Amino acid sequence: MNFGHFVPRETHSIESILIEIEDLVYCRGDSVIFNGLSMNVPENQITSIMGPSGTGKTTLLRLIGGQLHPESGQIRVMGENVSTLSRAGLFELRKKIGLLFQSSALFTDLTVFENVAFSLRVHTKLPEILIQNLVLMKLNSVGLRGARDLMPRQLSGGMSRRVALARALAMDPALIMYDEPFTGQDPIAMGVVVSLIKALNDALPITSLLVSHDIKESLSISDYVYIISDGRVVASGSPEVLSGNRSAKVSQFLQGLPDGPVPFHYPSDDFVNDILGVTS
Amino acid sequence: MIRLLRILGQQALYRFAQIGSATIMWSSALSNMPRRSDFPLFVSQMYVIGVKSLVLIVLSAFSIGAVLALQFYTQLARFGAETTVGVGVAMVLLRELGPVVTALLFAGRAGSAITAEIGLMNATDQLSSMEMMGVDPLRRIVAPRLWAGFFCMPMLALIFSAVGIWSSALVGVDWLGIESVGFWAGMLDNVEIWEDIGKGTVKSVVFGVIVTWIAVFQGYDSEPTSEGISSATTRTVIFSSVAVLTLDFFLTLVMYGDF
Amino acid sequence: MEMRTIEITVGAFVLASAFALAFLAVKVSGVALTGNEKTIILHARFDEVGGLSSRAKVSMAGVTIGRVTAIGIDPVYGEAVVTLEIDGNLTALSLDTGAKILTEGVLGGKYVGLVPGADEEFLVSGDTISNTQGAFLLENLIGEFVTSMGDN
Repeated sequence: MNFGHFVPRETHSIESILIEIEDLVYCRGDSVIFNGLSMNVPENQITSIMGPSGTGKTTLLRLIGGQLHPESGQIRVMGENVSTLSRAGLFELRKKIGLLFQSSALFTDLTVFENVAFSLRVHTKLPEILIQNLVLMKLNSVGLRGARDLMPRQLSGGMSRRVALARALAMDPALIMYDEPFTGQDPIAMGVVVSLIKALNDALPITSLLVSHDIKESLSISDYVYIISDGRVVASGSPEVLSGNRSAKVSQFLQGLPDGPVPFHYPSDDFVNDILGVTS
Repeated sequence: MIRLLRILGQQALYRFAQIGSATIMWSSALSNMPRRSDFPLFVSQMYVIGVKSLVLIVLSAFSIGAVLALQFYTQLARFGAETTVGVGVAMVLLRELGPVVTALLFAGRAGSAITAEIGLMNATDQLSSMEMMGVDPLRRIVAPRLWAGFFCMPMLALIFSAVGIWSSALVGVDWLGIESVGFWAGMLDNVEIWEDIGKGTVKSVVFGVIVTWIAVFQGYDSEPTSEGISSATTRTVIFSSVAVLTLDFFLTLVMYGDF
Repeated sequence: MEMRTIEITVGAFVLASAFALAFLAVKVSGVALTGNEKTIILHARFDEVGGLSSRAKVSMAGVTIGRVTAIGIDPVYGEAVVTLEIDGNLTALSLDTGAKILTEGVLGGKYVGLVPGADEEFLVSGDTISNTQGAFLLENLIGEFVTSMGDN
């Protein structure tokens, strides 16, 4: 498949909903971050949430993960209301969620192998040989099987993000959330991450939720896109619908992006993939 | 004036809230009893907190014991009571200096390291990612450190006192020529297992809990920036020192006090 | 670092602190010395004990032979009754053994010194020493000195 083509899945409308956010209100101090935000994340697809820096995209992921509690409104993940779950219930739910932090957040005192093995060791009583096989499989899928004995400080930014991805996938989660997966990456590493997200979503029964302000990369792999601004959704739709959207707000967002490239060669073939010659 | 009062009130409220959340953190970290699988974590922390402080503790104890012997000797020799140097040093070390100096050194060595480590974990999202992986950092990170502090401090304090007494004997008996039998017999006559060694150990357990608690909380609560971590580290050393010295007074009052 | 090495060093650390505790208990506080050994219990009545503490040592000819275990008062005669615990091997203390309260150095602690007697009968556990000399109080001495100066 060529990532440069955007083929929204026909099945979109009949897929069930994995995350359901209704009338979310969240404040930090005196400033209102979300003011009546509502969105649905369909199962087994790649959904992107985009918006300028500082619109609380990372905060949204933390709300979904139950690390923060909303002032009002509902967040239902896999049918569970996150904000009313007990601490134990929350930890149980989180076993089914992988979150890839912007900073990778690898455990600095563990090797690459042990980082990926971490949740398997804590949550399961699998025999060592099985853990080893699983970890090597995950590392292989991000192409870093050979780096298993390195410490996180020996990795480049792109490599540590891939290790973090392998770690997030260790427990075979039903949902994986990516926080700004493309920022701070050189073009090659960025291309690798883009193709990995796409390939993983195609290969695994997994729902991907992507938070980003890198328009080109996000649109290239997403099935559905939400643009948020001022604490609410200003536009949503498949990438094609959205790029055809000429409403003032959307184009303002697209033009006014502080550090994202204005996508002037937009629907042309993906440059990064041309360089890499990636096909899938 | 009103403004001053308001600032004072805000500060007080802020501090109370902090103490409250520190207490909640402490109790929830210790609420689930450690399981067998947590034991390696505890052992690693014993290493990081205890073994790594050992050299500092032994060196300090050695010189403090030697200095105490010299000072007691110069004063007591004037009255021909130089054999009581042994008792003096032993009492001072077991009851006060052992627990207190160990706690102060511990705050500087292990406490600041704990704060910096947890602060860094916080700043690099390691704690959040652990939470998101369904692992409670209170159990995984905080509890082993609290337990290790609880056990390490009295052990270090005992080693401190023993080394200090030994070095005072080296200086007093082998160098200044205090009569050996009298030096040791004086201790045997006056030092009691519970009254002196036991109560000193109780003190150091209390200090161990307090210092690691402060260190862990400051790390957890630090601003996720490099300035935040460095000021949290400083706060750990200051708060623990003040807490240790203040508590020492009250513990002495309660345990030895019939004043 | 290897987990094994960590475990070994932590083990050594625990051992070192156990050793420190043993050293403090035996060498410094003398726990084992008053352990299960056979002892003789004697009482001695003094008119004045002036600063003698329980656990003070009892010595004879400069050698420590036991320690004071209790100090009480006889309500009838107003005398101090000091209980002494003495090495069980000293079965040949004659009946007229004397007891004095002495001071180590000028400022040292008070202790009980036993002075051998000449009687051919021996003290047994539970006996009372009556040939005693109480503590020597500096205040009394000064008082006497001042009055004698006045008399002159």
